[in-house]
Amino acid sequence: MLLRHTPKEIKERKALAVNPAKTCQPIGAMYAGLGIHGCLPHSHGSQGCCAYHRSTLTRHYREPIMAATSSFTEGASVFGGQANLLQALLTIFTTYNPDMVAVHTTCLSETIGDDVNQIVKKAYKDGTIPEGKYVVHAATPSYVGSHVTGFSNMVKSIAVQMAEKTGKSNGRVNIVPGFVEPSDMAEIKRIAAMLGVNPILFPDTSGVVNGPLTGKFEMYPKGGTPISDLKSAGDSMASIGLGAWASAEPVKALDAQCKIPCQVQDLPIGLLATDRFVDALRTVAGVSVPDCVTQERGQLLDVISDMQPHLYGKKVALAGDPDQLIPLTEFLVTIGMKPVHIVTGTPGKAFTKRIKEITARFGDQINVQNPGDMFLLHQWIKNEPVDLLICNTYGKYMARDEDIPFVRHGFPILDRIGHAYFPTVGYKGGLHLLEKILGVLMDRKDRDASEETFELVE
Amino acid sequence: MTGERTITVNPEDVKKEILAKYPPKVARKRGKQITPVSSDEKESLQVGANVRTVPGIITQRGCCYAGCKGVIMGPTRDIINLTHGPIGCGFYSWLTRRNQTRPPSDDAENYMTYCFSTDMQDEDIVFGGEKKLKAAIQEAYDIFKPKAISIFSTCPVGLIGDDVHAVAREMKAKLGINIFGFSCEGYKGVSQSAGHHIANNTIFTHVVGLNDTISDAKYKINLLGEYNIGGDAFIIDDLLEKCGISVVSTFSGNSTIDQFANCHTADLNAVMCHRSINYVADMLEIKYGIPWIKISFLGPKSTAQSLRKIAAYFEDQELIDTVEKVIAEEMVPVEAKIKEIKPRCEGKTAMMFVGGSRAHHYQELFWDLGMKVLSAGYEFAHRDDYEGRQVIPDIKIDADSRNIEELEIEPDETRYNPRKTEGQMKALEEKGFQFKAYEGMIPDMAKGSLIVDDISHHETETLIEMYKPDIFCAGIKEKYAVQKHGIPMKQLHSYDSGGPYAVFKGAINFYEEIDRMLNANIWHYLEAPWQKAPELSGKYAAE
Repeated sequence: MLLRHTPKEIKERKALAVNPAKTCQPIGAMYAGLGIHGCLPHSHGSQGCCAYHRSTLTRHYREPIMAATSSFTEGASVFGGQANLLQALLTIFTTYNPDMVAVHTTCLSETIGDDVNQIVKKAYKDGTIPEGKYVVHAATPSYVGSHVTGFSNMVKSIAVQMAEKTGKSNGRVNIVPGFVEPSDMAEIKRIAAMLGVNPILFPDTSGVVNGPLTGKFEMYPKGGTPISDLKSAGDSMASIGLGAWASAEPVKALDAQCKIPCQVQDLPIGLLATDRFVDALRTVAGVSVPDCVTQERGQLLDVISDMQPHLYGKKVALAGDPDQLIPLTEFLVTIGMKPVHIVTGTPGKAFTKRIKEITARFGDQINVQNPGDMFLLHQWIKNEPVDLLICNTYGKYMARDEDIPFVRHGFPILDRIGHAYFPTVGYKGGLHLLEKILGVLMDRKDRDASEETFELVE
Repeated sequence: MTGERTITVNPEDVKKEILAKYPPKVARKRGKQITPVSSDEKESLQVGANVRTVPGIITQRGCCYAGCKGVIMGPTRDIINLTHGPIGCGFYSWLTRRNQTRPPSDDAENYMTYCFSTDMQDEDIVFGGEKKLKAAIQEAYDIFKPKAISIFSTCPVGLIGDDVHAVAREMKAKLGINIFGFSCEGYKGVSQSAGHHIANNTIFTHVVGLNDTISDAKYKINLLGEYNIGGDAFIIDDLLEKCGISVVSTFSGNSTIDQFANCHTADLNAVMCHRSINYVADMLEIKYGIPWIKISFLGPKSTAQSLRKIAAYFEDQELIDTVEKVIAEEMVPVEAKIKEIKPRCEGKTAMMFVGGSRAHHYQELFWDLGMKVLSAGYEFAHRDDYEGRQVIPDIKIDADSRNIEELEIEPDETRYNPRKTEGQMKALEEKGFQFKAYEGMIPDMAKGSLIVDDISHHETETLIEMYKPDIFCAGIKEKYAVQKHGIPMKQLHSYDSGGPYAVFKGAINFYEEIDRMLNANIWHYLEAPWQKAPELSGKYAAE
């Protein structure tokens, strides 16, 4: 057994986190920065932060993840990181020539209280930041929230620091897609395009962290939200934030600053959440939904109904981020499955309430913990076994020990491909999720079938 | 491509091109860490190393915590490694280094699959985290009943003044198990190297010497600086066992703290990665009288030399004969594999930028295939790893290195036992045997090559553009940027998903891997047919 020390008996823990279902803010901020075209994320802290985030994102995407660091030493930690950040900006603009640098802080620079806003102002004033270039910055202390909070903080900073209101509507809708895969961002754009909506989607990592092999390295790949779109976001008709944890703050901040009416929807994972997103988008954009969208919806519905016998009543354990888990749990309930154990490491009281609402039909039999960790999830599974586990790559250890069919979903996925290319949002994404879930469930059925019950046609 | 490819690029030109793109001060600083090998006269060459990275430069380097928790203590399975800090540090160092481990039984301790953290929150930063740390240790003890717990300090811990050592002492007294802390805050030193040092010093202070049981094995050695990436330590152990040599403790691949506790009973220390651990070898010699030698199990030639060196140290004809027999036997498949693969790789070129020793030791495996190394450098080495140990007295102590503790070691009152008398050591040396000798990377770098310490992304790009290597070796952060150029990139930190690459059997794996990477079909398909011949020859649809 790989997790041989995990006991079935659950003891309350107040101080010790074991096998976390979250990581820290700065990696989310780095990922958000990558979603702006021509932007180099910058980590204001020790070298290790930047190295760890780049490594994790690189393993998750198998793509170059470019980012710089202030390389704090003991001296900088005592005297403050201003000199390091100014030097960093000089080096970056001279050597790497980005259009924008997105600076996020770390637990180090937050603890010593570096005033990044003032440092960046100084850099603009003294010409360290060349004419026509931008530096945005976000406070992302690692000891608050999680990677999702860091993503949200950076997106909010980008919105607030870049959006300009000219007073003349651009006729577009802002969509903040949340901490999702580039495939999901591309799918959200595709759905919007089908509706005839030209959204300002930010950040947008499609084309950045799932780029082609061409024989040429591009420091700033083709994808990413154009800076001109970020500026124009202050003139949009409306904003839709997808996922309350990642996207509520950015759209609310735009509302406060530029008076752009906003609404927050769940990530469009699964049938019902996608219905709500499409409905919201058509309403704010004032368009009608074309047949091709309804057709995709019907296809998803069709497959769900076809495969009911394989799904109904199957128990599922999940770990991940709140924005994903809420619509994912809803989708599992929609297709007839029974989510029984659910943890997220990302705090936020609304999570448990939403999950309880979604799973209300199962009474009090559902275990939900927020913040919780994967050690607890594993203990729950030992007490009440499940038919399926859905979480990031770290789940493979539980899946192996307990012999549970396993679908990788969330961040990070370090041992499989696909997430960067095949979305799980929208109706098509729902089909993809279904294919993955049914694939592992039916492979398991085949594996465990006796010779006489092993069947060609399922 | 066949035949020897001479280096036609002038390394001085490459250096000039690299520095041209930096601000003047940065160029001056980086200039000291970039050393062209312009002639065969290499004695005067210096490589600036173990100095601060310029902020913003896009470095390969990580931090002190990564070196301490991830590298040195990561592969030790029977201890709870508890990160004291916000969640990230513990999360990123959770199972990401591919050091394999082999517990002796299904119920033997193995905590390497777990991540333990105090997950500090803002109130802990404001009011101090010692209370939470104590509670976390208590909870870990209550649930797991481990024999030992270690505490790793992250950046904020040092800044807010949490005394992890006092907490460790208190909880050790309370729980009666070994508990100790590492002051390995990420900002200490200039790279992972500082963390290696802090980890090794702490293990030396709190663990080494706790178990005096002497095994009855005849030839007992410690393997220092071998981390069992991809199973290297397993096949090294197998080979040594075949020769009749037993390993008391490996620092720290496939290790247990029980083995560390007993390592002072070995009769020889064999140092693989000089950078991460040479000072431990020194301390073990001063305190317990165990001599050390530099060895390398990367490449068949080095492996054979290292085995012969160990046998020569023990001065036993039976061992010497066994070692020769094993070498002869192991070399047969190695030579056959070289014969098979060399024609497909000969004349091709490589570059390698990793670690503190691998960028040197891996060169041999490329030479075996008739390949040339155009440029190399370390990520976190010191000058002695380039220039040889004779330079150590001349290395300037700066503000960053001064902060890393050097232990004052005295001979142990009861257990100091010189394994060889001065006379015996001298006699061996007269026969050409070298104790604690390492000449570094420079002597092996060919004329026309370029040494780059702590390489940046911009420098990597310039090297690729000017030298056009056939294969590039570095780490995960560099991998895909290099491969976008259509050049295969081999990870020499984690071996991608491959390995083991050590000793004879591993060399065969490595040759096969390089063959696969260099000769993979995929690199021929970068262009689509319409990109190769863009002219139109027909018209679609009527105008």
